[in-house]
Amino acid sequence: MATVDVNGHSVELDEDGFMVNLDEWNEEVAVYLAKTEDVAELTEDHWKLVNYLKDYYKEYGIAPMVRKMCKDTGLKLKEIYDLFPTGPAKGACKVAGLPKPTGCV
Amino acid sequence: MALSNRPLLDNLKEGRYPSFVKEMEKGGAKTEQLLNLLERSYEEKKVHWKHGGIVGVRGYGGGVIGRYCDLPEEYPDVAEFHTIRVNQPSGWFYNSKSLRTLCDIWEKHGSGLTNMHGATGDAILLGTTTEHLQPIFNDLSEAGFDLGGSGSNLRTPSCCNGEARCEYSCFDAMHLCHDLTNEYQDELHRPMWPYKSKIKISGCPNDCTSSIARSDIAIIGTWRDAIQVNQAEVANYADAGMDVKREVVYKCPTKCMSYDADKKELNIDNDNCTRCMHCINTMTKALHVGKDRGASLLIGGKATIVQSAFLGWVVKPFIKLNKEDDYAELKELLEKMWDWWDENAKVRERIGELIYRKGMTDFLKAIDIEAVPQMVKHPRENPYFFWTEEEVVAEIASRKNAEVSK
Ligand code: HEM
Ligand code: HEM
Ligand code: SF4
Ligand code: SF4
Repeated sequence: MATVDVNGHSVELDEDGFMVNLDEWNEEVAVYLAKTEDVAELTEDHWKLVNYLKDYYKEYGIAPMVRKMCKDTGLKLKEIYDLFPTGPAKGACKVAGLPKPTGCV
Repeated sequence: MALSNRPLLDNLKEGRYPSFVKEMEKGGAKTEQLLNLLERSYEEKKVHWKHGGIVGVRGYGGGVIGRYCDLPEEYPDVAEFHTIRVNQPSGWFYNSKSLRTLCDIWEKHGSGLTNMHGATGDAILLGTTTEHLQPIFNDLSEAGFDLGGSGSNLRTPSCCNGEARCEYSCFDAMHLCHDLTNEYQDELHRPMWPYKSKIKISGCPNDCTSSIARSDIAIIGTWRDAIQVNQAEVANYADAGMDVKREVVYKCPTKCMSYDADKKELNIDNDNCTRCMHCINTMTKALHVGKDRGASLLIGGKATIVQSAFLGWVVKPFIKLNKEDDYAELKELLEKMWDWWDENAKVRERIGELIYRKGMTDFLKAIDIEAVPQMVKHPRENPYFFWTEEEVVAEIASRKNAEVSK
């Protein structure tokens, strides 16, 4: 566990760098988290994916399945890895402030 | 004598079987805290690892299983203790050079502990820190190793040693395993599915990889012509004292064999043989698998969660496996199965459970396979059968026609 400071706003993270309190998320936090996942800058496509994940989570309380995510955003899995090199779960979900994926990962 | 600080684990250094405690102690300072933590778990009868963990390397969505100790202050050396899955060579054939390379890399980056091998097949490197993950991945890649699978993806395929060392093998199991692993690298490294999917390959129905129980897709070698019989060798067995009737003929599950004790001749009614392997296993020199070889494809094998444990069941009684066309027919089928599953499954629903929920009829339609009797052990015992509207319309029309023509 660690608490980091993002422009005067303190954010609690777990060992894997996922947010502990999801309501601490804001766009500056997203930019900070993106850097920890090898994303130097969040482009329009990054935001499209991040916002989609946030909205989906808000509506359904879970992260979307990969096929659904690709269909809804029009992004191919390869393009998602181009945007987030550590993948949709570790990369994009973390930046979008979703809870850490669980199960037999 | 000084009192040991790990009395419970010390018990496990006794006895005849190789002791994992002794092996771990060879790690010296590197494994000291892990052993102490394990001793504590033995005392308290509970695990000291936190729930979950998401770590990995660039470009991949799986391959590393993150773990954190729940007592990091007391056991700082194992505060981060991630596991790396390294894709094993087909059939687990190594030369000492590749094992030394693997050991050197692991010595540099990790705890020095391994699991040779994980149940799915991977070489398991047990215990390293997040900081080391990308560097060790780079070193492994440089040395020609790649990570195995983890997560909702194609897991590392594995196979029996096949034609390399076994005369029963009905196709080159190691080649197929290698070929499928390479063909589906994307599916393996980048989780894209509702849940995990495993492929296991056995050269014959002895199923030395337990594919039927431990893989969603089991590829099991078989043949469809006659068992090859060498009568002179049959006679040798009889002369050496084998009671051919008792040990072979009477044990055949379909009772399709007969033995002429005077002529010392064995006869097989191959149309009624189910290729169970018993006679071949018993008289290895006299009997041999047929010449027209291929595999049966079984679907759905999985462990208990959620719907109960399943053994795989037949989707294709016989499929030819051709190296020449890169296994085109098999691959087309695999892709259709995965596609239907990916489109229809709920989160964390294995393909076997999806078939259970939606029915074989839907599944077979999606993969363009006709239903055949070999797919079931017995027909359904209830009459709740669904007809499609078209089938009912067609049936009514054909009955009307029959009326008219009377
Ligand atoms: C004129 C005589 C009978 C009529 C009208 C009748 C009607 C029914 C009906 C409406 C059901 C419900 C079906 C459903 O679940 O949708 C049923 C189920 C059942 N009946 Fe009968 N029944 C008759 C005779 C019998 C007899 C003689 C037996 C036993 C000896 C029997 C044993 C059962 C059993 C065990 C079920 C449950 C089957 C299952 O769902 O697994 N019935 N019957
Ligand atoms: C207005 C009268 C009735 C109605 C509306 C009715 C309705 C139903 C329904 C909806 C079911 C369940 C079917 C299913 O599982 O999908 C059922 C089952 C059954 N009914 Fe009736 N029922 C009536 C009268 C009776 C009577 C009078 C008997 C026997 C004397 C009877 C015996 C059964 C039996 C044996 C079952 C099967 C139970 C099982 O699934 O094991 N029903 N009925
Ligand atoms: S599964 Fe059959 S072919 Fe493979 S090693 Fe076992 S006996 Fe031999
Ligand atoms: S393989 Fe099995 S079923 Fe076939 S003849 Fe031999 S014992 Fe009988």
